[in-house]
Amino acid sequence: MAIDLKTKALKKSLFVFHLSTGSCNNCDIEILDCLTPRFDIERFGMVLVGSIKHADVLLVTGIGTVKNANRIKLLYEQMPKPGFVVAIGACACTGGIFRDGYTMNGPVDKIIPVDVYIPGCPPKPEAMIAGITKLLAKIR
Amino acid sequence: MGILFFLLSVAGSFVVFSLVGIMSGWFDRKITARLQWRVGPPWWQNFIDFVKLTGKETLIPENANEKIFLLAPVIGIVSLSVTGAFLISGLYQTVKWDLFIFIYLLMIPSIAIFLAGSSSGNVLASVGAGRELRLMLSYEFPFIIALLVPVIKSGATEIFDIVRFQMTEGINIGYVSGFLAFFVSLLAFMGKLGYIPFDVSEAETEIAAGALVEYSGLPLALFKLMKWILLSVGISFMVVYFMGGFKNIFTGILKYIGVLVLIILIKNTNPRLRTDQILRFSWGWLTVFGFVAVIFALMGY
Repeated sequence: MAIDLKTKALKKSLFVFHLSTGSCNNCDIEILDCLTPRFDIERFGMVLVGSIKHADVLLVTGIGTVKNANRIKLLYEQMPKPGFVVAIGACACTGGIFRDGYTMNGPVDKIIPVDVYIPGCPPKPEAMIAGITKLLAKIR
Repeated sequence: MGILFFLLSVAGSFVVFSLVGIMSGWFDRKITARLQWRVGPPWWQNFIDFVKLTGKETLIPENANEKIFLLAPVIGIVSLSVTGAFLISGLYQTVKWDLFIFIYLLMIPSIAIFLAGSSSGNVLASVGAGRELRLMLSYEFPFIIALLVPVIKSGATEIFDIVRFQMTEGINIGYVSGFLAFFVSLLAFMGKLGYIPFDVSEAETEIAAGALVEYSGLPLALFKLMKWILLSVGISFMVVYFMGGFKNIFTGILKYIGVLVLIILIKNTNPRLRTDQILRFSWGWLTVFGFVAVIFALMGY
């Protein structure tokens, strides 16, 4: 019962941390668009936090460059569990147009386990909200 | 008997002020959202956040001082509960010199945040802790000067006598001196809360949540609770001290909401100040207005 209550509470208040690993900044701007009056994800209790230790969800954008690979791993380990990873944008999901680049160190799921993929270049805020609802369906 | 009664009243004030504080925290989020043309979270959001954070993993950094790291939020919450108990008992009987107890106990949450930052073993956290201390140095002086005004007017240092004075002679905020002192102490109180013009110690885009950067799980939940209790205790103190208290429950609640809305409006219409700007502002304008209020009070206005 107690565990059930905590899971229910987790579903209603996801704190989100946003990490850019060599993205072109387009996905990052679209993430911030989710907070604006038109979409307002604070209605569902989602807040953008400044520290990974406060977060439940790690949003990763960008290809995960050679320099950043270690940092993604560190941040993933520092996230208090239960925590989830969402890969946002074509680069984070597959490598996108940078898949043959010399800084490419695999898409994000080669470095850390990813729960939800949100493709698009950049994905619309509507697509991100749809992806988060899929994440919510995964949390049990 | 005496100790048992004291503990019970502290526990009671903890329950009352945390419930009121959580709802005030929601009110803050909702009004902020409405001001930004958004919808905002539902009223149970802060309760859900608290329950969720208690269910998360608690991480303690390797080079942290574990005992202080875990004790810091508890120190803040206990001191605020004691403040609330003194505030409630001060409305019904004379507690000797209790104004000074408030001045001391309302300082402790800031010290708890400083302890949290300095025991985390993190560079950003220690920057946040240092900023918190500098913030405290700046706002404490005008705060105490502003609190002198009702003391001069009523000639008493007890909450009970100050409230009784306001019932016979008119509320403090109705005088010129009381009005100035109210605004000075309101701004100083926003510094205590770490609300936006004075949120240097928790600047999340700059030093990543500052002193609380390493906190997760239950201690973070307790720190959030401490901030909410500080909000409710502080505003209740303002209402009792400057506006005549909660004698009539309905107008009392209206006064409480009025002060809360004023704080939220100031928070939402100002940018973050730098540490040196805060120091100049508090030791400059706030202190000057505080002294002007004291002079007006001595002249009887």
